[in-house]
Amino acid sequence: MSTSLSGPGSAEEAPGRKPVRRGLPRTPRTARNHAPITATGLVVKVVLLGLVAGIAIWAAFPLVEAEHWVGLAILAATTAGLFYLYLSRRHIPAKYLVPGTIFLIAFQVFPVLYTASTAFTNFGDGHRGSKDDAIVAIQTSSVQQVPGSTEYSLSIATKGDPATGALVFLLSDPKTREVFAGDAGGLRKLDAGDVTVSPTGKITDAAGYTVLNFGQASGRSKDITDLVVPTAGGAVRSNGLSRAYEGKAVRAYDAGCDCVKDSETGKTWTADPANGSFVAADGERLAQGWKVNVGLKNFTRVLTDPDISGPFFGTLLWNFAFAIGSTGFTFLLGMAIALALHSPRMRGTNLYRVLLILPYAMPSFAMLLVWRDMFNTDFGLVNDLFGLDIDWFGGTWSARIAVLLVQLWLGYPYMFLVATGALQAIPRELTEATSVDGASPWQSFRAVTLPLLLVALSPLLIASFAYNFNNVNAILFTTEGGPFAPDNPTNGATDLLITYTYRLAFGAQGAEYGLATTVSIFIFAIVAIVAAISFSRTRKQEEVYS
Amino acid sequence: MSDAAAVANRARTGRSKGRWFAQVGWRHVVGVLAVAFSLFPILFVISAALNPLGTLSSTELLPTGASLENFTNLFQKTPFAHWFLNSLLLAGVASFASIFLSALAAYAFSRMRFAGRRVGLLALLLIQMFPQFLAIVAIFLIFTTVTDLWPVIGFNTPWGLFLLYMGTALGANTWLMKGFFDTLPKELDESATMDGASHAQVFFRIMLPLVAPILAVTGLLAFIGSINEFIIANVFLTEPNSKTLAVGMFGMVAGERNNNFGMFAAGTLLTAIPTVLVFQLLQRYIVSGLTAGAVKG
Repeated sequence: MSTSLSGPGSAEEAPGRKPVRRGLPRTPRTARNHAPITATGLVVKVVLLGLVAGIAIWAAFPLVEAEHWVGLAILAATTAGLFYLYLSRRHIPAKYLVPGTIFLIAFQVFPVLYTASTAFTNFGDGHRGSKDDAIVAIQTSSVQQVPGSTEYSLSIATKGDPATGALVFLLSDPKTREVFAGDAGGLRKLDAGDVTVSPTGKITDAAGYTVLNFGQASGRSKDITDLVVPTAGGAVRSNGLSRAYEGKAVRAYDAGCDCVKDSETGKTWTADPANGSFVAADGERLAQGWKVNVGLKNFTRVLTDPDISGPFFGTLLWNFAFAIGSTGFTFLLGMAIALALHSPRMRGTNLYRVLLILPYAMPSFAMLLVWRDMFNTDFGLVNDLFGLDIDWFGGTWSARIAVLLVQLWLGYPYMFLVATGALQAIPRELTEATSVDGASPWQSFRAVTLPLLLVALSPLLIASFAYNFNNVNAILFTTEGGPFAPDNPTNGATDLLITYTYRLAFGAQGAEYGLATTVSIFIFAIVAIVAAISFSRTRKQEEVYS
Repeated sequence: MSDAAAVANRARTGRSKGRWFAQVGWRHVVGVLAVAFSLFPILFVISAALNPLGTLSSTELLPTGASLENFTNLFQKTPFAHWFLNSLLLAGVASFASIFLSALAAYAFSRMRFAGRRVGLLALLLIQMFPQFLAIVAIFLIFTTVTDLWPVIGFNTPWGLFLLYMGTALGANTWLMKGFFDTLPKELDESATMDGASHAQVFFRIMLPLVAPILAVTGLLAFIGSINEFIIANVFLTEPNSKTLAVGMFGMVAGERNNNFGMFAAGTLLTAIPTVLVFQLLQRYIVSGLTAGAVKG
């Protein structure tokens, strides 16, 4: 987007830096040595700011058309802020931090906050939209064929992929010869010239649509049955794969009593604003509800519902073991190999590096699936090679060891790489000096190399811990959380909190985003606390070595 | 006499061999063992890719036959070429841009002192820890709006994903780079400033060349991260030709694992090629002793 380049920036004695732990008086602002204004710096600055203005104008047009005034205001403020920042001579640190921060706020912080806000709602299957959406869904789904309703010839079509695209009903009225296209948004009349109608009255071809053949349509029969096209008097529904009818809604919403009435049975369901659903006197709930705020209900449910809180502690312990094990073993192995290969007298280090790094070059999700097959009991490569007969994913501990082994293989090249990078940055004079002073290699490693390595890498280790703490792929692509105890099919021995949550939230009983988000806030809190503690310990090191 | 000389000779060569082993030889042993550990699953994948039967159950560790049928099937039966180009474009642009953003931020965090510096560093670390894929519902809703307004950066385009990946650019990379910037002697930029360089000149002319090793390492990490990203891309890309390698290939083995295993293995190998090439390209930047002697005496 924009880069910070302040060519004719002022040059204070040390830009943007207050003297730290040094008793130097700060140079007064008046006594500046102006850096010469370079032509390149000026040109780059003008070009980039012009680019920012261009992008802002391009982005503004759709916002104006859609009357998205809030979005437009944010866009204008951001652009103005960028111009102010890069045209002024102050705020030098901000010039370097803002480009990345803009993206961070827009595509990371905002989605996370938005997600967190759903923890206080019942957002999920059956509670997705507003109350009006729920009412429309209730009325259209209760449509039944009544005598005298219009019958249509039906063709199933889509604008996308026949197997996955959103479906459209192409309808022709055999009496009036009118043709329509209908989807969940409603019914549109089509131009007779755009469609080909067979002698039987069925539409065989329409401009802009792909008509599904019989095989493709029968493969999506559930989607076809579920598609309801709302019309003025009710809705159009399919009847088989080639007929459709316009029916009347049996259930209707009555604003007077804030309830839904069934005109056939006379039963009423009254709106319950606390839970966002319509409830009958006998306690029956309609499946279609709406999204409401439920306060802290999700949080109390996580802590008190035995299905959720029961296995929580055991899973938490294994989760820590997995994250520490994945990070620790990969670091130890990666660092040991990096140290072994980090010697001026070694030949062929480049070849070793290229070969070592290969596990990291392989696509990890693919290799996870391959590893799963290699741990197969009967014809798996691991048992074949070592003459073992272990049911790896059948036993609790063997499954856990297998998962950690896979993590070690996938992760140690990364640690090897960063350790190599950090070792390059340590001046050789330091280790040379220790050996001149008569220290053994082990002593010089303990006293010089390791502390310096840890200063550079401890944040990475924390980040790696956090990543592995929530490493969904590592579990989902290998053991899928198993092995499961016979009496508890929702929580397996290798489940991490996050895969366990995932199963609870998106599992058999349908999506419950509100609950899932609540559990993820708990997970986040745990990881954040651990990270904050480790981070505050790195602070001392930074003070010492910087 | 001659015996004694021979013994002494043997002892001498033994000693020098022993010294060579103590200083260099054992390093080669470690290297060879590590390479063996790294390579055996990859060998299995190669053997699966060359396996003429193309099934999982018939694949051994060492290749049992050599046929390129799996590769030709891959290009004829799936839009593999499209996926490959999409992934390459996305990973290339995204890794380059994210490294640049991180380097800017790392320079500020390492070399400047300002209000909110430590808080900012800590915040960066914490934001990264929110389980990303649980924000997918929000991301999906946000990008539904974006797709309506600006289809160019919406679903089924590489640019929308690129923007989303930029959101995580300031994560661990900034930390790694800051650590590296911290190890560079401060006298470098101080002396440059004394000579009248602006902060931008210090950054672009002096710091960036010196941190090339870490730029190379983080660039590689970012490239691999983008190539392997699956969960978000899976939501974003639904049209067959817009998919990346991770999404497309996962679909290939979701149903017919055993029968498509040969094609899957072939795809896995081809996917690895760009990463290996990037590593090769950056190899020469990862050299020792860059900062030695750079300080004005």
